[in-house]
Amino acid sequence: MVTEPILELNNVHAGYGKINALKGISLKIYPGEIVAIIGANGAGKSTTLMTISGIVEIQQGEVKYDGQLINKVAAEKLPTMGLCQVPEGRRIFPRLTIMENLRLGAFYRKDTDQIQKDMEYAYSLFPILGERKKQHGGTLSGGEQQMLAIARALMTKPKLLLLDEPSLGLAPIIVQQIFDIIKKINKEDNVTILLVEQNANLALQAADRGYVIETGEITMEDEADKLIENPKIREAYLGE
Amino acid sequence: MIQEFKKTWKKYTIGMLWVLGLLWPLLGIHPDGTLSFEKTFTVWFYIFAGTFVFFIIYLMNQSGSLKFFTTPVSKAWEKGSVFTKTVPTWVWLLLAFVLALIYPQFTGRYAQDVAINVLIYVCLGLGLNIVVGLAGMLDLGYIAFYGVGAYSYALLNMHFGMSFWVCLPFAALFALIAGCIVGYPTLRMRGDYLAIVTLGFGEIVRIILNNWMELTNGPNGIMGFDRPGIYLPNFENGFFSMTWEHLWLKKLHLLYYVVLALAIVTIICIHRLNFSRVGRAWESIREDETASELMGVNTFIYKLLAYAMGALFAGMAGAFFSARMRFVSPESFTFLESAMVLCMVVLGGMGSIPGIFLGAAALIILPEVFREFELYRMLAFGGVMVIMMLFRPEGLIPAKRVGTRSEEREA
Repeated sequence: MVTEPILELNNVHAGYGKINALKGISLKIYPGEIVAIIGANGAGKSTTLMTISGIVEIQQGEVKYDGQLINKVAAEKLPTMGLCQVPEGRRIFPRLTIMENLRLGAFYRKDTDQIQKDMEYAYSLFPILGERKKQHGGTLSGGEQQMLAIARALMTKPKLLLLDEPSLGLAPIIVQQIFDIIKKINKEDNVTILLVEQNANLALQAADRGYVIETGEITMEDEADKLIENPKIREAYLGE
Repeated sequence: MIQEFKKTWKKYTIGMLWVLGLLWPLLGIHPDGTLSFEKTFTVWFYIFAGTFVFFIIYLMNQSGSLKFFTTPVSKAWEKGSVFTKTVPTWVWLLLAFVLALIYPQFTGRYAQDVAINVLIYVCLGLGLNIVVGLAGMLDLGYIAFYGVGAYSYALLNMHFGMSFWVCLPFAALFALIAGCIVGYPTLRMRGDYLAIVTLGFGEIVRIILNNWMELTNGPNGIMGFDRPGIYLPNFENGFFSMTWEHLWLKKLHLLYYVVLALAIVTIICIHRLNFSRVGRAWESIREDETASELMGVNTFIYKLLAYAMGALFAGMAGAFFSARMRFVSPESFTFLESAMVLCMVVLGGMGSIPGIFLGAAALIILPEVFREFELYRMLAFGGVMVIMMLFRPEGLIPAKRVGTRSEEREA
């Protein structure tokens, strides 16, 4: 590919206290792609995303976003640069209404008219949110909360969206719905997506490319179709 | 009803025996080493008789034999609430305002004094509400900022002769600065750790006030500074040759109007803040700090802002407090006061302005009414808190979204 990667990780080390969760992660995401990171529990998937978002501190290595080094950029600055994360377990604001949740997504923005339009767009993507916009976030079902979390992240007008386990704890039919929306966002709104999933089958079907992460290291990297075919992957992650 | 009784009598009996076990060491063991049982049993019997009546009423209610009474009452309540809803909010606000205005005309010194106390605590409670109710940080040293405000006025007036009205913004400013100084290093902590640090800070301020003899005159306190004064226009020599006449606010009801104005300003500020972008950011921090950071909220700055704003209102209340008492000493700023303000916020309902009003009124007026039982005040406090947490864990008037937020109005 000739284009510059939108996100680039070079030999990133990070961890919690003395525990090294990431031991030299390198990956590249190109604009317009859907990239999936798959791996088992505790492999370092979520830590990778939290490190990119600046919540977990980087010990070594570099993270480049849009050609710019963002190692030391504060977490709250990233949404203004177009990098937003939908955290694991949704983490919506339960005692705020759906509208307020969305408003918080647009927190740094000042363009009131455009915010209103984007909110309408979010409601058109997820009609259920539009119907319940005055309900508290905590009263929604798990799937609806996931939708709200994605809609909230979309309100930041991201160029790159990091999704952490969007299928966590959801019914298969809802998961399918959410993945359809993710693909739609990617195609129609031109949002690059980095997806972290335990459900490898689902993630690889949606993604263009995939990385496999094991105990803090990238062990494999390929086109998503080829990873699905790969017998090793089939054995380890697809349960065959 | 017999059925219900069979289900619960065991628990009730065990509970009563447990109370007896607790009471006896308190009442039956005397300092001279003798033991007695008589007093314990009398007190216990009173408690037993009282609770038994409630127990029976509870059982009757559970089994539905009180329906003849509860049904009409709840119906009347519903009718009443429907009626109150048809009256727009501003009518109620206006009514409350007018009542507050004419209050001193119909009451004596004592009642005015109590009302002033209530209003001071309303200001404090509203300020603490920003920190605890909106931003969700437990602050156990809040009264320190009240102290900073009180001493600011006392010292500025003593040494520089500045009047109350000039000192009021200064007191607020100093308290705000104090808030930032404490907040800056401590707000990196979360939850329980923050509570402990603020507790420590509250004590530090009190101890400094107590020991810095040269500045604060230590435990003796400061006295002899001015009351607030106002300038009134004097038209004695005709309308155009008007002069300004200075008047010290000596009468208690005049001070009442000062604190009323202060409380109203506070309420308006808090209400505006609550329903603004800043308020939303605070609430998001309370709900989920990491998530709000991921959404682009600079959590540190907003937490610091919450802390500073809370301190600001406490500082203003403190300045008024010292101007009214015309005496300040470190005694007034103990941990117990912090706990009291926190109680008001929790009792009334976190994040709810009318709730805090009710909380402050309850915690100030009830002890006044029950002056004879002063010894049992703390016991009653504890009891009320336990009962509250069981039946209304969200406070007397839980925070609901009063009024519409800007975005709701658009829709």
